[in-house]
Amino acid sequence: MGVEGIGARVTRKEDKRFLTGKGRYTDDMTVPGMKYACFVRSPYAHAKIIGIDASAARQMPGVIDVLDGKQLQADGIGNLICGWMIHSKDGSPMKMGAWRPLAVDTVRYVGDAVAIVVADSYLEARDAAEAVSVEYEEMPAVTEAIAAMADGAPQLHPEAPGNLIFDWELGDGVAADQAIASAVHVTEIEIHNNRLSPNPMEPRATLGIYDAAEDHYTCYTTSQNPHVARLVMSAFYNVAPENKLRVIAPDVGGGFGSKIYIYPEEIVCLWASKKTGVPVKWTSDRTEAFLTDAHGRDHVSKVKMAFDSDHRITGLKVDTIANLGAYMSLFSSAVPTYLYATLLSGQYAIPAIHANVRTVYTNTVPVDAYRGAGRPEATYLLERTIETAARELGVSPAELRRKNFIRSFPYQTPVIMNYDAGDYETSVAAAMEAADWAGFSARRADAESRGKKRGIGMSCYIEACGIAPSAAVGSLGAGVGLWESAEVRVNAVGTIEVLTGSHSHGQGHETTFAQLVAERLGVSIDSVNIVHGDTDKVQMGMGTYGSRSGAVGMSAVVKALDKVEAKAKKIAAHMMEADESDIVIENGELKVAGTDKTVPWFQVALAAYTAHNLPGGMEPGLKETAFYDPANFTFPAGCYIAEVEVDPETGKTDIVQFVAADDFGNIINPLIVEGQVHGGLAQGIGQALLEEVRYDPESGQLLTASYMDYAMPRADDLPSFKLSHQNTPCPSNPLGIKGCGEAGAIGSPPALINAITDAIGNNSLTMPATPMKVWQALQSVH
Amino acid sequence: MSKVTLTVNGRTVSGECDDRMLLVHFIREKLGLTGTHVGCDTTQCGTCVIHMDGRSVKSCSILAVQAAGAEITTIEGIAAQGELHPVQAAFKEHHGLQCGFCTPGMVMTAVDMIGRHSGQLDEATVRHELEGNICRCTGYQNIVAAVLAANQQMHGATRQAAE
Repeated sequence: MGVEGIGARVTRKEDKRFLTGKGRYTDDMTVPGMKYACFVRSPYAHAKIIGIDASAARQMPGVIDVLDGKQLQADGIGNLICGWMIHSKDGSPMKMGAWRPLAVDTVRYVGDAVAIVVADSYLEARDAAEAVSVEYEEMPAVTEAIAAMADGAPQLHPEAPGNLIFDWELGDGVAADQAIASAVHVTEIEIHNNRLSPNPMEPRATLGIYDAAEDHYTCYTTSQNPHVARLVMSAFYNVAPENKLRVIAPDVGGGFGSKIYIYPEEIVCLWASKKTGVPVKWTSDRTEAFLTDAHGRDHVSKVKMAFDSDHRITGLKVDTIANLGAYMSLFSSAVPTYLYATLLSGQYAIPAIHANVRTVYTNTVPVDAYRGAGRPEATYLLERTIETAARELGVSPAELRRKNFIRSFPYQTPVIMNYDAGDYETSVAAAMEAADWAGFSARRADAESRGKKRGIGMSCYIEACGIAPSAAVGSLGAGVGLWESAEVRVNAVGTIEVLTGSHSHGQGHETTFAQLVAERLGVSIDSVNIVHGDTDKVQMGMGTYGSRSGAVGMSAVVKALDKVEAKAKKIAAHMMEADESDIVIENGELKVAGTDKTVPWFQVALAAYTAHNLPGGMEPGLKETAFYDPANFTFPAGCYIAEVEVDPETGKTDIVQFVAADDFGNIINPLIVEGQVHGGLAQGIGQALLEEVRYDPESGQLLTASYMDYAMPRADDLPSFKLSHQNTPCPSNPLGIKGCGEAGAIGSPPALINAITDAIGNNSLTMPATPMKVWQALQSVH
Repeated sequence: MSKVTLTVNGRTVSGECDDRMLLVHFIREKLGLTGTHVGCDTTQCGTCVIHMDGRSVKSCSILAVQAAGAEITTIEGIAAQGELHPVQAAFKEHHGLQCGFCTPGMVMTAVDMIGRHSGQLDEATVRHELEGNICRCTGYQNIVAAVLAANQQMHGATRQAAE
């Protein structure tokens, strides 16, 4: 490792612009003639649209036009789609109800877009939106999945009788039933995974620009994957052909999954720009973000875990109902299926696993991937269940886990995944030592003497990242491939641009990707620029989600660098009259091994572009492209331990210690990896203690639509975390990287709830464990 | 419509605005200083924090017309061109930012916090003082570390200058 190469703790190249107010986010963009949009949204959770009267709104100051869904439909703009086909166990395809960018006949959740107002200023657009008169016929609404499945429940889509989208299974049900029937002990538990709002601090925004002279569209948008946005808007929504549509995702202020999807607003603003002849910008306010950004989680599951007399797990049976909201969002079907049930083996050797998953429409905003996406749901379920089993069996939760750990790799689970590497024992040992697990009983006694209830809880998580081999996901129903692309452009003066199809919205790619180049070529990271987020600059790429930018995106850079190096070595060999197999690249120079002959990197680059003296037949230039399709998922894993004190008077939980021991494989930049873990932990702890999206079950009104009502983790809600890293390099990609973006959010909720239930002596507790719920759970113990 | 004249980052500036325009929108749209952000609509998130007459203020909680005659400092104005304020430098050193969206508000809050506490800052105080600034990326740990480090550096430096 050089001072700036792989493994170096370098500070971020991109920081200065963010720290000095020079970040450029979508809402910061202005173009000549730009106007502002405000959407007219449904105030009802479920209603028929009888009519829309915009005549008064059109007369208001500054208003340019008011456009509705009938006009959009007449112009041939398509419906939103879900890009991952799931088949029910009876073989029938999932039941996708129509999701129009602007509702035409029916609105299905509070916030469903009905019309767009374009005006000179945002305030004028907003005033006029309030003056658009929409006549609704309100219908009964249902917001919870189980209620939506009941006889007589309000029906959302004619395509989906009983609101059932699909009834899917994975694994061997007969084997799992047999394991349970012949078990010495069966732990049964019901698991609720609370609904969350991702809440990146930058609200979504989009600027649609139609150029009539060129018949060309430009879309600035808050996207994690601008190329996917362009593809979907072209191929499915008929906005424009790809060569007539440029999508730019500039600085993006966090995503956490919620900015993967293509939402109605991008499509409608592009279309409205053409209709009105002016560039149209829309920026969500926070209330709109709560109402319309895809939510996460919202599962209810029944679990049975079977044990033999030696406390080995012999079988697992899971029955899950997942709420997908009013429409199927872009990857919504994959989250509670292939990103969830495939992880139900956890870190354990379980011979028989069966999962049944039913997904349901409700009158709520669509649910899709949120940091972790399926894997937090699997981990929470499994780690709450095994902790419960340890309590029932009267054994140490750490020992019960250890007894069941997978210990040799590769390991084929009964639920598709083939774990390529791992060492769970090392992580659990590191976590227990860091947490002083052995000293807990003394600390508990001390807390007791102060009138506090102290508890400790563990969680051993595994996740699948780097998604994923294209052929594999294709065979499971994905509508896209999940490779990544890279281009390495060496300039004539030797500086380098790396163009990547992945996208940074906080992850620090401008630094870590440059570190990879520094490692390989021995050049400074300051001589390397990372380019991303613009479909006109960067070739097709798949974007950032599933902790894939390192494992997949950087692997593509490695492949491109391999080609660049090979050509540079040929040129250097020619220049120094040496054999190319003797050329090595070190510290920014190409050397003939074992001699003092060297040529600086920049001279090789210059030679490539002057082309005065290249090897015979060689093309000028030094620029290479690569596409990398991963060979497998990657499998980060680790052990988290939470220690809490509960005040029995108030039910308030204080996290007195939180330990995270993670195996992410090789690490490019520990500073950045630690930051990713901190942030993931904060979101997981938020889920466990604070956050929950709540709809009124009768009216379908969103009750948690602001930071006054939805409890975001604040600085004084969280402790300082103790982190450590173990490393079993990933054998499935050239850098040995597993990915680190989601682990914190995946592993922390069960550790917290295991700790609190340990403290209060009552295992019945649902997330978020608010002081009121904890206090009530304590009362039922006494 | 009103004409508002105020001092922003040391320059006297004027602009016409709707009486109901918030100061944050005046700063962003009329002055083109887009480092000050809007992350909520209930004055909770703190991405819009600026300094007004020497105190940190959420610029979404005040009308532009109320700021007439005030001295405003935004994130663009706390350091000389091309340099970093010690708080900005500490955020970089300690990786106290990821997506950068909350960062300007965090920095402005931290500068004010360090100024008000005369060097007497500890982790619990910093966490409490940051209650009005929400970050979704960092889990706050490195922000807290950055504020404490900047506090030490700034007050250490002040003491040194006084000696």
